[in-house]
Amino acid sequence: MNFTGYRRANGTAGTRNHVLVFPTVICAAATAEMISRAVPGTVVVTHPHGCGHMGIETEHIVRSMSGFCANPNVAGVLLVGLGCELITPNVIAEKLAAYGQRYEVVNIQDEGGTTATIKKGRLLVEKLLKEAAKAVREPIDISELIIGTNCGGSDTFSGLTANPALGNACDRLVAEGGTTILSETPEMIGAEQVLAGRAASESVKKRIYEITSATEALAFKAGVDIRGSEPSPGNIEGGLTTLEEKSLGAVLKGGTTEVKEVVGFAERPSKRGLVIMDGPAHDAVCNTGMIASGAQVIVFTTGRGTPMGSPTVPVIKVATNSRIYRHMKDNMDINAGVILDGTETIESIGERIFEEIVEVASGKATKAEILGHHEFAIHSLGLSV
Amino acid sequence: MAIEALVLHPKDNVATAVRQLESGQSITVKIGVNNIYIDLIHAIPFGHKFALRDIEPGEKIIKYGEVIGQATTRINKGEHVHIHNVEGLRGRGDRQ
Repeated sequence: MNFTGYRRANGTAGTRNHVLVFPTVICAAATAEMISRAVPGTVVVTHPHGCGHMGIETEHIVRSMSGFCANPNVAGVLLVGLGCELITPNVIAEKLAAYGQRYEVVNIQDEGGTTATIKKGRLLVEKLLKEAAKAVREPIDISELIIGTNCGGSDTFSGLTANPALGNACDRLVAEGGTTILSETPEMIGAEQVLAGRAASESVKKRIYEITSATEALAFKAGVDIRGSEPSPGNIEGGLTTLEEKSLGAVLKGGTTEVKEVVGFAERPSKRGLVIMDGPAHDAVCNTGMIASGAQVIVFTTGRGTPMGSPTVPVIKVATNSRIYRHMKDNMDINAGVILDGTETIESIGERIFEEIVEVASGKATKAEILGHHEFAIHSLGLSV
Repeated sequence: MAIEALVLHPKDNVATAVRQLESGQSITVKIGVNNIYIDLIHAIPFGHKFALRDIEPGEKIIKYGEVIGQATTRINKGEHVHIHNVEGLRGRGDRQ
């Protein structure tokens, strides 16, 4: 089975054909925005990082940035830096070269200020756009798809409708040889036994318990009851009582197949099938990690409703109940609430989500794309000075 | 008849309301092929849970056939089950 996507020079397959302007440090953020604004058809992100990091945090930020820029949906990237920062464009460029990603570099201190940087940046981005315009969609086997899964603004129906339906869609993709990523480690606490029971090996099983224990230890270290953060106040209002309850519903979105591998945040999977990526439950950060891991489409379930999108990857929104589907219709792509109404089943909505994944991968715009949602975040590990 | 509440696993001692349910309402809940009848003691908001049987203090709350927490007080059949009478057992840094 095929989707129609963009074959990249490095062999990967994209579902979108973006030219990205990426500041590697906060000091270059506004200049990057100005370059992108001057050249329609480009996308830009900003973030507060790039300097003052230490140790494993530096590695974590570099991996997040470079993986995000190397996502197959990005045809080319302009890295914008200041010049004296820790994570210069050259640090990221070295990683992009290893990925085989097309990039250009501009530094504000080298060019001599904002105006000169915009002038140079415009020329470089126009060149990248011209190259990107040559790419055409071609049939690509869906086994090359990596689907990121996310749930945000959960309610008790997340675990009854949208998450099991998304899990069913994941099972269908895995049966076709594709890859799905389950993340949000805090929302595996209390459901480890379910995932560990499906681990492909003893080492995968061990890793599942390691990542959830490390996350739970954060609550121990802080000396707080995790409830209030997880589940969030909105989750509790929606009927979720404990973290365990939320987790048992959350992990259903990964489906029912064997867990092939556990990768770190923003790391690329080495195996196909269901893969767990260790990472926080923060919706935008989770998306960034999965995009850096190579996800070309994200499916996002929501019960309380969220408009969350991404600058480079289409995000398909699945409502857990008909009420929120109707209430926030301009943000919702699929209604899994009809499962409760008795008119559809988990299997039939799973099939619809699967079909939607293939259509969106082939170019159909999601609601988040139509509305222009481009939320982006990288998280810090708290090792900055 | 439209479904009023769902039970996900035969071991579960709570059900989830799939519509707003009223105090005093008598409802039918399907567990596998069997129906059980519950008189609700409280109004149950859309998406919230109620007890399928009497639950003792300290007893585990079961949903999806798995432990989701434990009762902090006695919970009667038909009572609203939420943060006022259930606590989580994981991520309890306040207990360390």
